[in-house]
Amino acid sequence: MQLAGPNGAGKTSLLRIIAGFSTPDEGQVIWQGESIAKNYDEFARELLFIGHKTGVNGQLSAIENVRFWLQIQGYDTKQDLYSLLAKIGLVGLEDVPVRTLSAGQQRRVALIRLWLNNAKLWVLDEPFTALDKAGIAFLQQRFLSHLAQGGAILLTTHQDLTTHFNELQTVTLEYRH
Amino acid sequence: MLRQHSYWQLFSAVCKKDLQLAFRQRAEIVNPLLFFLIVITLFPLAIGPEPGLLARMAPGIIWVAALLSTMLGLDKLFREDFNDGSLEQLIASSYPLSLTVLGKVVAHWIITGVPLVLMTPLFALLLNLDNQALLATVLTLLLGTPLLSFIGAIGAGLTVGLQKGGILMSLLVLPLYIPVLIFATSAIDTSTMSLDYSGQLAILGAMLVIAVISAPIAISSALKVSVS
Amino acid sequence: MWKWLHPYAKAERAYQLCNTLLPYFAVITVVCMLVGWVWGLAYAPADYQQKDSYRIIFIHVPSAILSMGAYSSMAIAAVIALVWQLRNAELAVIAIAPVGACVTAIALITGAAWGKPMWGAWWVWDARLTSELILLFLYLGVLSLYHAFEDKKAAGRAASILAIVGVINLPIIHFSVEWWNTLHQGATITKFDTKAIDSSMFWPLMVNIVAFAGFVGTVTLMRLKNEILQREKHRPWVRQLLNRG
Repeated sequence: MQLAGPNGAGKTSLLRIIAGFSTPDEGQVIWQGESIAKNYDEFARELLFIGHKTGVNGQLSAIENVRFWLQIQGYDTKQDLYSLLAKIGLVGLEDVPVRTLSAGQQRRVALIRLWLNNAKLWVLDEPFTALDKAGIAFLQQRFLSHLAQGGAILLTTHQDLTTHFNELQTVTLEYRH
Repeated sequence: MLRQHSYWQLFSAVCKKDLQLAFRQRAEIVNPLLFFLIVITLFPLAIGPEPGLLARMAPGIIWVAALLSTMLGLDKLFREDFNDGSLEQLIASSYPLSLTVLGKVVAHWIITGVPLVLMTPLFALLLNLDNQALLATVLTLLLGTPLLSFIGAIGAGLTVGLQKGGILMSLLVLPLYIPVLIFATSAIDTSTMSLDYSGQLAILGAMLVIAVISAPIAISSALKVSVS
Repeated sequence: MWKWLHPYAKAERAYQLCNTLLPYFAVITVVCMLVGWVWGLAYAPADYQQKDSYRIIFIHVPSAILSMGAYSSMAIAAVIALVWQLRNAELAVIAIAPVGACVTAIALITGAAWGKPMWGAWWVWDARLTSELILLFLYLGVLSLYHAFEDKKAAGRAASILAIVGVINLPIIHFSVEWWNTLHQGATITKFDTKAIDSSMFWPLMVNIVAFAGFVGTVTLMRLKNEILQREKHRPWVRQLLNRG
């Protein structure tokens, strides 16, 4: 599902409410028949959130960042991260501090998580920012395989999706005071 | 994708990350210590170098300096994680946030509190403290500095979302430090009179237990407010 | 508890509740204050030791009691706000805070004014005065934290958390200051209000305490009304209210 709308329409705010960071003024977020506020930890297990602020620490290297994220999410860290990093186009850059990488490369470090989780719901705020064409296409391939496994994706983007998604729904928010 | 839940893994990961970052930027560890040292140097210059007077005032000087130098590192405790979005990832993890917070506070204590304890003999020398008082100072710092980290982290959590949170944070936190200050300095005072000060230490210990149990809850709800 | 609180989650109902309570509080305040001050300041007998200067207790003691009372009510409102997610309780926290700070300041100023003839100094590090000063710091912390946030929703919750942290610490601070004071007894002079108070002074004091409580309640309710209106200013019911004049 794609959230569209002009700047300031509230796309990011809505995503943050859905991810459970903010509480809505009215109403509630229901996940599988239950309010997420009731049992947030259960919901968090099914959720992968990547926001504007990507959660990547600039002082640490790509590999350290990924490993830390795996640990705080309770995933196994003894997997072959190097080949995964190579696949996503970060070969030879695994051990330098992330802040020395380009914006697009930093975004890739954040997006590695998409290959390393079994969350059902992905909430992505502008995932294509700073990525090149090849990167965007590669990312959309990953979206397809996630959807094929029965996952759901909720994202905001200003770019049009280049790959064809069968079940794509677009919700447009309008700017209103 | 295997997922095993281990609270220890989370705690150590969070703690290790902060220690790693601190050791990469050693100024973070060294600067509060230097600050502490300079504050201690200012006192003899301000009140005169008479050894008796200094020894009499030493507990107060050491502890006030300890309060102030802990404040220096507190402002940074959650700031980086807040700015780069790691805090959101930690909240959106299926682990309880209070455990994460516990890891960060322990790391903060290892970075700021432990070096202070280790440096105490030097300060004791500068302020003309005898061995008995030195032992008492070390013990109170050992029990008291983690308390400062826990209480201070509440203030840090509340102000991390603000542009200029630093001064406000000290305003919130310093009044809460008063009991620690009172009991710690009185323990050192009592020791200089060769009296038993285990009572004060017990109270500090009790306060530490209360803080370890209740502060992480307050800190994590403060962080959730700051992120929202 | 929730059932009882639930109706007041609605801003309009909370506003109406304020309106119904306000006249009672106002009447209690005016009547008790008039009676209490005239009785206390003019009719109650002068103290045999302190002469007329003791009469400041008719302001000092009520304000000191209410400074603690206001803090506890603020903390209760904060607990309600966080546990039951009641936005109006957050507004109550922030409605009480400045009132409590003012009452604390009054207690400090009258305490100092009383100290001058009694102890010969405006300020001594008496345990109660010191506790009261720290209490003022706690109030100011809540207030400045609230005003530092731009997002008032987050501000209310942050202030509530701090109020609860403060109320847990308050007894510890109070006890430690009390203990510190006995340790450094040298500076302070005998406590004078430990001796039993004569009933001719006790009753006017009681009336004054009620008057102060009524006063704090009245001002808080008025502030709470304003806070609710301010937050809900775009809602139709507020518009209607304003149009009615």
